[in-house]
Amino acid sequence: MPTAEEIQVKEPAGRVAEAAARLDSGVSGTQSGLSPLTPALFPERGEGDDIHGEKLVLNMRPSHPSTHGVLRIVLEMDGEIITKAVPDVGYLHRGDEKIAENMTYTQFIPYTDRLDYLAPLANNVAYVLAVEKLLGIDEQLPPRCQFIRVICCELARISAHLLGLGAFAMDVGALTVFMHTFTEREKIYNLIEALTGARFTTTYTRIGGLSRDLPPGWIDQCRKFLDEVVVNFNESEKLLTRNRIFIDRTREIGVLPKEVAIDYGVTGPNLRGSGVEYDLRKAHPYLVYDQLEFDIPVGSVGDCYDRYLVRMEEMRQSVRILHQCLDKLPPGPINVPDNKTILPAKEKVLTRMEELIHHFILVTQGLNAPPGEVYFSAENPKGELGFYINSRGGGTPHRLKIRAPSFVNLSVLPYLLPGAMMSDVVAILGSIDFVMGESDR
Amino acid sequence: MNALELANKLVAQFGQLLSEPREFRGEITLVAQDAERIQEVCDFAKKELGFDYLVDISSVDNYGDDPRFTVVYELYGYGHRCHVRIKTNVGEENCELPTVTTVWRTADWHEREIYDMMGIRFRGHPDLRRILMWEGYPYFPLRKDFPLAGKSSEMPDIGFSKPAPLDGGPFVTLPGGKDAMAREPRVRVPETQSVETISRLERRADIRRAHEPDTPSAHTK
Repeated sequence: MPTAEEIQVKEPAGRVAEAAARLDSGVSGTQSGLSPLTPALFPERGEGDDIHGEKLVLNMRPSHPSTHGVLRIVLEMDGEIITKAVPDVGYLHRGDEKIAENMTYTQFIPYTDRLDYLAPLANNVAYVLAVEKLLGIDEQLPPRCQFIRVICCELARISAHLLGLGAFAMDVGALTVFMHTFTEREKIYNLIEALTGARFTTTYTRIGGLSRDLPPGWIDQCRKFLDEVVVNFNESEKLLTRNRIFIDRTREIGVLPKEVAIDYGVTGPNLRGSGVEYDLRKAHPYLVYDQLEFDIPVGSVGDCYDRYLVRMEEMRQSVRILHQCLDKLPPGPINVPDNKTILPAKEKVLTRMEELIHHFILVTQGLNAPPGEVYFSAENPKGELGFYINSRGGGTPHRLKIRAPSFVNLSVLPYLLPGAMMSDVVAILGSIDFVMGESDR
Repeated sequence: MNALELANKLVAQFGQLLSEPREFRGEITLVAQDAERIQEVCDFAKKELGFDYLVDISSVDNYGDDPRFTVVYELYGYGHRCHVRIKTNVGEENCELPTVTTVWRTADWHEREIYDMMGIRFRGHPDLRRILMWEGYPYFPLRKDFPLAGKSSEMPDIGFSKPAPLDGGPFVTLPGGKDAMAREPRVRVPETQSVETISRLERRADIRRAHEPDTPSAHTK
């Protein structure tokens, strides 16, 4: 296995030539890549005609089971080797950015559920943090609110990585892992349902706080879950980490060198798998991440196997963070004490004039944001989810741009795929771990 | 080294081209006066100042202002861990500026998205096609004069052929208005008349007349 230093940055064309030469020399797989049946079926075709013959254009259509949503890739293939790959995104485009310009900041929170729909809680948190940065109230958030938000983020991370790993393993032939991880995701959904009232479309956070506090007994349920999920990690790891087939399918496949990853703006576990020790939770701590102890796993080679290992370890670190949060969780309010930001309590609205006015203004006009522009990004399961808000004052953004990590991570595919075999595509896609709802917005 | 010092180095290098750094919520923003030289600025920022990571490129439609569009580059460096924003303006007539794909390859898809959504072209881009909408789609949907309901498509087989029925909501507020009244949707002329009922149109006209002197609607042609 080569070390990170030995991996050279090669452009796709070089890798295609290399793969063709490898096939010609008969090193990998069958001799010269020609099916044994070909001479019998096509006697006029000589040895080697299939390899350097015409190129085949193959559509990996939006409905292919391993494309995880509606991603289409047009592959140009020379035999079994991919010579060119053109991803086609946009099948799930809903115009979220246009919609955001036409509603108040609070009204947009449900739309963030539908970005990375495998981790809606983390999106909720990232979005309201961006708006709070614009309002300048991010320092005033009560500690309890911040801790609960961290709990939300990390639960979402475990949930997203469990699905990502399960689907990845399933794509390369290990179906059992998927069943294992989905059992645990079900428990996370139960926890989220108890917390927010919804399993999927959470809309849990509010600008300046949360929609509700933790329900009674939730902390104990969460602790119980954390004890169980670690057992599940061990089982999944036993099924994969030293599994010969899994290693053969992922090691040195889809190698993404450090420099290329940075150049393409790849973030999240994919960047760390390439050996860049960068995590927004450590580099620019938001919420209370600076009070918590955790490590950032990094890969050494940047192949599919490294990306798998990074995600596996990140889940363990998330469990570590969650334990600390549950231990340290302070009592107190969950919302900022400012009724011009957060809705006043209902009983006060019905009995007092001032609160009634605040409620009316907040619901009809939205909160009064200052003119200006901010960019805030949070470390989400897929990478850096950023919101650029351009405000001209008032309750609606003039422009809200979503920097979707899946969109940027997918843009590296034209680099990664050429030179790989057709069957490597599913492994590479699985290891990139993207969500089209976020990519297409 | 902090972001302000890096921004000052950029200003020192390019002089009049870049405005003085402005700070808001701890973020540094520079405005490049000439969009034609944005590639030069970015190249210097990457090679000399270590901004090796282009976080994002956004575009803003300042409908009614001149120049109409703003392109916003978010720069970041893994070495110094500082973030600087560079903005530049592009007019409506010659809606074009040089690409930065030669500086960062990640700019490829960001620029395609801006072209797709806003109609700003990037000169020298290797493959400037639509990315989220389909090839051949005639409009630029994130422009402010494109209605939220959508427009009827030329290709009924491919896209929907009618605007979305927005009768009864959602409230389409206009950002930037002086007060809540100016941002109120019923003050404005509806653009998708086909889905409006007569009574709704009359109501809108009444309200519009009441506010005519001080609230010229941005959407009135």
